Amino acid sequence: MAALLEVDHLRIEFPTRRGTLLAVDDVSFQIGEGEVLGVVGESGAGKSLTGTAVIGLLEPPGRIAAGEIRLMGRRIDNLPYEEMRKIRGKQIGAVFQDPLTSLNPLYSVGRQLIETIQTHTDMTPTRARARAIELLHEVGIPAAERRIDHYPHQFSGGMRQRVVIALALCVNPKLVIADEPTTALDVSIQAQIIALLKRLCREHGTAIMLITHDMGVIAETADRVAVMYAGRIAEIGPVRSVIKDAKHPYSHGLMGSIPKINDEKERLEQIEGSMPRLTEIPPGCAFNPRCPHTFDRCRIERPELMDTGVTRASCWLYANG
Amino acid sequence: MFAYIVRRALQSVLVMASVAFVAFALFQYMGDPINQMVAQDATLEQRNALRSVLGLDRPFYVQFLFFLKNLITGNFGFSFRVGTPVAQIIAERLPATLELVIVAAMFALFIGVPAGVYTGLHRHGALSRFMLTVSLIGVSLPTFLIGILLILIFAVLLGWLPSFGRGDVVNIGFWSTGFLTKSGLKALILPAITLGLFQTTLIMRLVRSEMLEVLRADYIKFARARGLTNRAVNFGHALKNTLVPVITIAGLQIGGLIAFAIITETVFQWPGMGFLFITAIQFVDIPVMSTYLVLVALFFVIINLVVDLLYFAVDPRLRVERSVSAH
Repeated sequence: MAALLEVDHLRIEFPTRRGTLLAVDDVSFQIGEGEVLGVVGESGAGKSLTGTAVIGLLEPPGRIAAGEIRLMGRRIDNLPYEEMRKIRGKQIGAVFQDPLTSLNPLYSVGRQLIETIQTHTDMTPTRARARAIELLHEVGIPAAERRIDHYPHQFSGGMRQRVVIALALCVNPKLVIADEPTTALDVSIQAQIIALLKRLCREHGTAIMLITHDMGVIAETADRVAVMYAGRIAEIGPVRSVIKDAKHPYSHGLMGSIPKINDEKERLEQIEGSMPRLTEIPPGCAFNPRCPHTFDRCRIERPELMDTGVTRASCWLYANG
Repeated sequence: MFAYIVRRALQSVLVMASVAFVAFALFQYMGDPINQMVAQDATLEQRNALRSVLGLDRPFYVQFLFFLKNLITGNFGFSFRVGTPVAQIIAERLPATLELVIVAAMFALFIGVPAGVYTGLHRHGALSRFMLTVSLIGVSLPTFLIGILLILIFAVLLGWLPSFGRGDVVNIGFWSTGFLTKSGLKALILPAITLGLFQTTLIMRLVRSEMLEVLRADYIKFARARGLTNRAVNFGHALKNTLVPVITIAGLQIGGLIAFAIITETVFQWPGMGFLFITAIQFVDIPVMSTYLVLVALFFVIINLVVDLLYFAVDPRLRVERSVSAH
């Protein structure tokens, strides 16, 4: 698979009065065409920031301090605003967490779809409207011809997220950044939305960067998964391998916290302690204070991603020799 | 929506009735009007005779109903001071005040809104800081001081603009307008700025803080993520969402402009209703005072009604009810 998106040694900093916070530290990964990459981790692990950086919408004072982001071989992290704007929506779509607040309450969904289509293509208003109705059909909104003129508040949460997906996919982008697309929804709706996103992207060959803290969603959807911890990638690899046979002690612990239906245990396993704040990341491996396998090297030297067989993990347990 | 309008209209009627009562009470508590109508040496019988002719010996609620009836039929009584019908005096003065208020309101909106958007978008820019500093002056300096300072600079020192009056006016029917002559327009500039400066800075600061609020909203981030142009995001999506609070405040402020015109009109000897009101107070000319009160209240009520209807135009969430959302 040719790499569609390449993120290379990405580093995101927040300058503050008490020094610079490193929110994303030396993160590298690739997404192939049509591939679904899941990104999991706790809140504050840097997964959303990484996604935001890819679409070029980091809010100042946050900034990309080092590294490169390339889309189809073209570097996009240092583009002028106007150049990047043309890529957003057209080549990289985005779906955010809260469908209730993602749509402008004052405009009909049709108007929001049409304006997005017309921004990126030179369709006539009539054709753009026809396309908008077609899109609403495609995301499973009944009576799309009528619903197109309705306002966001006239849709339920699940329906709104369908509209958001239609907006993200309306000019067939190569990649969709889906940042917690189901977190704000009812559990019963979540599966529908994920299935929809997955189906549409498969049909159009769109790659997804699926950011979530829900391992269940990842297991169902992703081809590969990247586990993030304290701004770094702890482990990255095919989804089956990471779930069944996680190599990094953190991802192993994370998988242990998923309830299994035929498990007799009363309590789920949990990882002791909590993720360090960005100001208090320990030297060496960021996970070392919580890790059951810590040895001297973990406290001094920072592990890079290294091969563990199928997956790649940043853990000294897998250092050659 | 129709029910809403009817409800609002009924509320307005109630407000107007209350104001009319206050205006009516003026007659009751500002001394005995008979004293001002009869000669010093009139006998008690003569006074009582006049009292019963004018209906002033009846219970106050009967008098109030008569007063209401007169108001509704446009009969505002006669000015104590000049003896002409109040309706006629007001009609002569109304165009001057309304023209002043319209120009001041335009000034406030067309300077205030763009300045607010600019300072909201370029929060840390040098020009933004400058505008915010200047706006502090507008918010904090009293109107009469601003008026006097403007007169000092542009009328006395520079001699560019007249310091008082309306200049030449043209009569179109009953309406005397200063818009059509050069001196009329020149005479409008200073009073309009004086009157509108506070509102300008208020609207600017309001738009700015609303913009800052709205620009943080998820749908703005999402609009950017859809690759919309800055223009579409800032003006199409952000500005429109700031409009509801801005319309509310701007509407109230335009009502305020009519009321505050009193000070500006006094400073610039502007022959409008406010100036008339001040003169009326000096001469305890109660019919003029109470009519002015009722008229200003009427403007407030009408403006508020228009503002409420504008909400419907701006915000679709208020329009629904009929089409129930399908799930």
